[in-house]
Amino acid sequence: MKTFYWLVKREFWEHRGGFFRAPIITACIMLVINLMILIAAEVMANHHGEGINFNGNNFDQMLSNAMNGHLEQVGTGLDIVMYSSTLLIGTVLGFVVFFYCLGALYDDRRDRSILFWKSLPVSNTSTVLSKVFSATVIAPAICFVVGIICGIAMLFMYAIALSLHGINVWGLLKLAHPFSVALNMLGSIPLYLLWSLPAVGWLMMCSAWSRSKPFLWAVLLPLGAVLILGWFSAMGFKIFSGQTLVYLPFRILGSVFPGGWLIPGGNKVLITARIHDNPADPLNIFNIQHAIFALTSADIWIGAAVGAAMISAAIWLRRWRDDS
Amino acid sequence: MSAVITATGLSKRYKNSLALDNVSFQIPAGRIVGLIGPNGAGKTTALKAILGLTDFSGQLSVLGLDPRKQRDKLMEQVCFIADVAVLPRWLRVSEAVDFVANVHPRFDRAKCEAFLARTKLTPGMRVRQMSKGMIVQLHLALVMAIDARLLILDEPTLGLDILYRKQFYQNLLEDYFDENKTIIVTTHQVEEVEHILTDLMFIRDGKIVLDADMDAIGERFIEVMVNGDRAEAARAMKPLDERQVFGKSIFLFDGVERSTLEAMGEVRRPSVSDLFVATMKGTYA
Repeated sequence: MKTFYWLVKREFWEHRGGFFRAPIITACIMLVINLMILIAAEVMANHHGEGINFNGNNFDQMLSNAMNGHLEQVGTGLDIVMYSSTLLIGTVLGFVVFFYCLGALYDDRRDRSILFWKSLPVSNTSTVLSKVFSATVIAPAICFVVGIICGIAMLFMYAIALSLHGINVWGLLKLAHPFSVALNMLGSIPLYLLWSLPAVGWLMMCSAWSRSKPFLWAVLLPLGAVLILGWFSAMGFKIFSGQTLVYLPFRILGSVFPGGWLIPGGNKVLITARIHDNPADPLNIFNIQHAIFALTSADIWIGAAVGAAMISAAIWLRRWRDDS
Repeated sequence: MSAVITATGLSKRYKNSLALDNVSFQIPAGRIVGLIGPNGAGKTTALKAILGLTDFSGQLSVLGLDPRKQRDKLMEQVCFIADVAVLPRWLRVSEAVDFVANVHPRFDRAKCEAFLARTKLTPGMRVRQMSKGMIVQLHLALVMAIDARLLILDEPTLGLDILYRKQFYQNLLEDYFDENKTIIVTTHQVEEVEHILTDLMFIRDGKIVLDADMDAIGERFIEVMVNGDRAEAARAMKPLDERQVFGKSIFLFDGVERSTLEAMGEVRRPSVSDLFVATMKGTYA
């Protein structure tokens, strides 16, 4: 256990930039851009009077909703503000995890530092699992926490901006649901672990296997396979449906991006789940119930099992790949 | 069982070459063994087999363990320095010490810090900011603080200047080596290690061509400097090697009676590098 803790710490030392700095920098950029938008909206409003639609900006809508007494919608708007920060940081997380996994078992073979790591009494299993843990738990946890903090900061920013128009700040904050938003996002961490396993497993297997250019192998192999299968289908030998053909590479490469389980068509269970929900609130899709719904789908479990199998393959390759 | 390593019929085949060809040897505890051979002779392959980094056929027991199956356990007892610059470039000195201290059960932190205090390394320094010599100093400080029974050095001083090289072997001898430890070292800078070795192994084309301790080598191999007029007689005795210096001929003999040679001229012990060159004649031809 102690060894595992230090292995994970080691990963964090090496990838501080991707795991820690990247989400924070993204959050700062989000805050600055939103501040600029708010200031611009205020200045435009002063110059041209009310009613100027600032490119369908969220703020203008919220303001008009607030003026017209549609307070529910103001709350939804504020929640959207909170979610939007995590959305962007989550996209950055996807890229970070993608390239982290591709390099995790390849970079130290390339610079031969694998010989140093292998000179220590640490099993290949713990080494690989510590990397999987870093990619599927540490990185998303940092991402979601930064996302929540950034979201709360944005919430205050918007609330203060709205209050300049005579709307009570605390009243506004009561309209938003920061705690349930935060809870929904934290609930996504275990879901992300399961959801991302096929992609993490595939990328790490390529990383442990390829002698050079793991990126090309990881991307071209699935795309090539889909191309060939598609070619077969076109000639009438249908092995998979067209939908599955698109879905497979989406899962094996795209699952590192959080929220993939929310994409309609990505998860058939969710589509049916959404029908039962209140269609009036578009944010319902982020609710924790959806995470639980996603957990009942066979897709996520089959994906996780395939991912676990590929991680075992990566461990085996890590042990026996002999090219340093 | 006093043998640290016992190899029987060790073979390793790469795609189109035989890196180890049915090699058998034994290394007892408390020795410093020089594994010397030309490039591509199979030195690194032999070390990798011992460390469980590669698959092979035949039998190999290291400290009573099978490196293929019990590698994780074996690495508690074995240390190795592969060659310079295998420490990852992002690593800081303090991180390296923290990490090894926490994953290695036989690591002595105080000892490591004492070694580091004698160098110019500072805790916040990253490997990428260090010179080659400093990287090796860090690696050596980490390794010497581990109470291992077997230390394997594969070209540890490659690319270092002479000050670092001398200091490296001096540290090893003074602060690390004792009768419970065994060191195996491969290097091309034979002159620098020959006085610290207790045993010598020459490897060529995947075969061990010489395996003896230094005393036995001193008895078996003799170099004699012969005047021009007696050179023909010396040649008739089938020397391993012959070279000319200042009009005299120096012959290297294997297993010829010392008294016979003393009668022919000035007798001395050959250097390991001369012995090596003579043994490996025609390797690249």
